[in-house]
Amino acid sequence: MSKQRKAVALISGGLDSLLAARTIQEQGVHVEGINFYTGFCVEGHTHAIRKKDKATPKRNNALWSAEQLGIKLHIVDIIEEYKDVLINPKHGYGANMNPCLDCKIFMVQKAKEWIKENDFDFIITGEVIGQRPMSQRKDTMPVIATESGADDLLLRPLCAQNLPMTLPEREGWVDREKLHNFSGRGRKPQMALANDFGFEDFAQPAGGCCFLTDKSYSDKLVDLWSARGRKEYDLDDIMLLKVGRHIRPKDNFKVIVAREDGEARFMQGYKKDFINMNCASHRGPLAMVDGAPTEEDLLIAAQLTARYGQGRDAEEVEITIREKDGAERTVTVKPFKGDEIPKEWFV
Amino acid sequence: MSKETLNAKRLLCPLPVIRTQDKVKKMQIGDVLEVVCTDPGVMQDIPAWCRINGHKVLETITDEMEYTIILEVG
Repeated sequence: MSKQRKAVALISGGLDSLLAARTIQEQGVHVEGINFYTGFCVEGHTHAIRKKDKATPKRNNALWSAEQLGIKLHIVDIIEEYKDVLINPKHGYGANMNPCLDCKIFMVQKAKEWIKENDFDFIITGEVIGQRPMSQRKDTMPVIATESGADDLLLRPLCAQNLPMTLPEREGWVDREKLHNFSGRGRKPQMALANDFGFEDFAQPAGGCCFLTDKSYSDKLVDLWSARGRKEYDLDDIMLLKVGRHIRPKDNFKVIVAREDGEARFMQGYKKDFINMNCASHRGPLAMVDGAPTEEDLLIAAQLTARYGQGRDAEEVEITIREKDGAERTVTVKPFKGDEIPKEWFV
Repeated sequence: MSKETLNAKRLLCPLPVIRTQDKVKKMQIGDVLEVVCTDPGVMQDIPAWCRINGHKVLETITDEMEYTIILEVG
């Protein structure tokens, strides 16, 4: 009796990785999933923070995919190691601050380390040639295999027939004829395969899973680095880029204004880390000040805070300013009118 | 059998799941872990993680802004 082979599948939570894993399961291979958490993953966070997203399910799609597949899922925190990928991407950025090719190389490299540590035989991904402009092209897919060190242990079941044979195919661990030849950005073959497998409810994939592909988010990250004069971040930094209006009146400080109750609740957790303020005389949002503001700057921040509260049309409003140590004082300011806030202040 | 508590407050999913996963790795079958969180997403994610990894959710508690999941390591 031949040994049952074991593969680890990179599970993003999207349809392609779900289909790739099931394709290999169907060939009798034992599959487990691995999901890497960079800190920039979209799902979960915005759902947890923003009230407006309450209608959407809060499920983690990678966990959900694993459950559909009946496989274990190993979620790996790569926040620290990922910093170097984002800050110094060998292959550069995509349309925004997304280092997609370096990211995929790094994840496959981590998966390679994982299979070695856990005695698995090969790695599978849901990549499809031509599906994405940076990491899923005919010329970049071999780069991923080579630079990750996975080489021919990396099998892409959805487009394997368009690629050179890998070790699992040569050794007969999987039957190449039962793999697929998908290519391009079209989704019809995937939808048909999902139908064949009986998957009816799945996350809509392709590019929407990482904040770094988002222009607005990327602009905020670049602004953060620019204001600090160096490319660095910690987890709290990148979390806070996901919430609120970010307004930078001057290089030395930025104001983050909650847009809704969910964001305000989330920001409450950071009140000891930032000077923060809210309107005392009217209902209004919580705002936090990042940087090194002067007293005059805090008055500008207070005017901004007033702008987004119910006292926006009042002649004067009272704003309570809290220092990091909890000391409070109240100032009276005139709220900014909409046209008084220069557009370039908005990050 | 031991009972331990994991403070995962202020963390957003999937971090509470990752912290739970890392904690459970160091525990024995039958041990009980209480995970205290502030992200409501854990009410879906930690039970899902338990189901696929063979652990048992004994109780879930929602209290204002806190969400507690008590699980038995499988």
